[in-house]
Amino acid sequence: MSLEKEISFLKEEKAILQKGGGEAAIEKQVAMGKMTARERIAALLDKESFCEYDLFVKHEVHDFGMDKKDLPCDGVVTGTGTINGKPVCIYAQDFTVMGGSLGLMHARKITKIMDHALKMQIPCIGINDSGGARIQEGVGALAGYGEIFYRNTMASGVIPQISVILGPCAGGAVYSPALTDFVFVVENISKMFITGPAVIETVLGEKISQEELGGARVHAEITGNAHFYSMNEKDCFDQIRTLLSYLPSNNTKKPDETKVMAPTFKGKLEDFIPADPKQPYDVRDIIKAITDGSEFFEIQELFARNIVIGFGRINGQSVGFVANQPLYLAGVLDCDSADKAARFIRFCDAFNIPIVTLEDMPGYLPGVDQEHAGVIRHGAKVFYAYSEATVTKITVILRKAYGGGYIAMNSRHLGADFVFAWPCAEIAVMGPDGAANIIFSKEIKDAEDLEAMRKEKIQEYKDKFANPYVAAARGFIDSVIEPSQTRAMLIHTLTISKDKTEVRPTKKHGLPPF
Amino acid sequence: MSEEKQELVDLTIEEGTYKTLLTEKFKMKKKYEPKNTDHVYSIIPGTVLKFFVKEGDTVKAGSPLLILEAMKMENIIKMPFDGKIRKILVSEGVRIAKDTLMVELDK
Repeated sequence: MSLEKEISFLKEEKAILQKGGGEAAIEKQVAMGKMTARERIAALLDKESFCEYDLFVKHEVHDFGMDKKDLPCDGVVTGTGTINGKPVCIYAQDFTVMGGSLGLMHARKITKIMDHALKMQIPCIGINDSGGARIQEGVGALAGYGEIFYRNTMASGVIPQISVILGPCAGGAVYSPALTDFVFVVENISKMFITGPAVIETVLGEKISQEELGGARVHAEITGNAHFYSMNEKDCFDQIRTLLSYLPSNNTKKPDETKVMAPTFKGKLEDFIPADPKQPYDVRDIIKAITDGSEFFEIQELFARNIVIGFGRINGQSVGFVANQPLYLAGVLDCDSADKAARFIRFCDAFNIPIVTLEDMPGYLPGVDQEHAGVIRHGAKVFYAYSEATVTKITVILRKAYGGGYIAMNSRHLGADFVFAWPCAEIAVMGPDGAANIIFSKEIKDAEDLEAMRKEKIQEYKDKFANPYVAAARGFIDSVIEPSQTRAMLIHTLTISKDKTEVRPTKKHGLPPF
Repeated sequence: MSEEKQELVDLTIEEGTYKTLLTEKFKMKKKYEPKNTDHVYSIIPGTVLKFFVKEGDTVKAGSPLLILEAMKMENIIKMPFDGKIRKILVSEGVRIAKDTLMVELDK
């Protein structure tokens, strides 16, 4: 055979393998509103940057007629490429090949590309679209899952790991995404659950659709398993590219700095805050008023909306924001919001991203459901995450900072580097209403006009304690600032903290309350 | 999202009452109700397989009341205290949901 012949043979082979499950299966995939595995990779990565490996991998199973089955690429496409010009490792399960089912060689292709990502110190992206374990492979499929989970854990905190759910992802398969840093879901396409509707109905008699049980919206809003939710695959890929622009490639680097832009917001910051401390506002407006280009990339927008997390830039530097949201549930901390904030704080700390905390919270959500759901241990995660973090930590107290919430939201006492307060801040052991009722209970009880006395005493407490100056007198806050100075103070403190180092006691690992 | 269309509601935290919006999950939550110890509820969804008692029986604490089959396991539901069977609300062979009132007791 001449080399020419061999080359044309190679070309033909590749063309066949790249067709995946063939025309009919591809048509079915498209009919479901889904792109094929290779189309997805092409749409996500920089143009023509993808390089595929392991195209010729074959499974080695002989039982149940599998010896007669050719599975192109064993149902998964793996390779490397670039996003925003920076290298990434990627794999995409191919649903057109035996439902994207996972066998041992399929898994070994994935673990090989994950090993590459960890060695090359670059982000790893997994596109999930699989019916689950390839039953014919038996325990080999389970071994495959286990080997993926192990690598997810080893890579955790070293390289950013992203999971994209673009099809079913059920049973054991869900644990790889759950172990990664960010999970992306798309309306009508993503389905995630441990036990599907059919089993739930047979065993428990509970009738529920796939969408209601584990559709995209459910995971974005109710369970918190997903971090980004979009209406179609194209928007989903845009979100991934934006996310990566805020992150470093690994934990030894800092995120790339970008050109400095002024906020596009031109009004007065103080206008956002209602005069009555019991009236809400949208804290995202405050964030956008201080970030470069007034851009804010929100994470878990629909889940635990009483706390807002996400990335923005200040003076070209990538920053993680954690902000109480008075617009929802008065901005309280509860099980879900504590969990959401704590995980994000730990992500920022792992990847050298400074954290800016904007505080305005009246306390913890009361209720039997909260107490029984473990608000004590969930709430403790926030204290742990802030205390443990060694990246630059800056707090701006906008309005209310009461009780345990004051301590939790990156107070000086948990190791904040800088704490600022607006003049309308109320830093106190509890809200004026409650405090006055306790401290002045006798005066109020003995008064002729109970309500008038209560009002008077609440005002007295407010004047004396519900302000930033008591905390400032003790040095618990570094400065009381005008709202309009917020961005300038953040730029200054972030700039002088660029080489911050803080050492923690040597240990194998801590024991956060999870 | 459509927060403009939603109505602000009052939410009391400690003793302060705040104007705010509610999350979907908050709206979904069930109000806690204290347990009535005279009532026997199903601990799990399943099928009532067999009753060992009938209305009016006097039963000793720990004696079996019924078998509730769930997750392929036969769960024997026992009498929580010495007492009498006031009322039986489910019949043998019926599939029931979790937290279904099955038996009412008298002390």
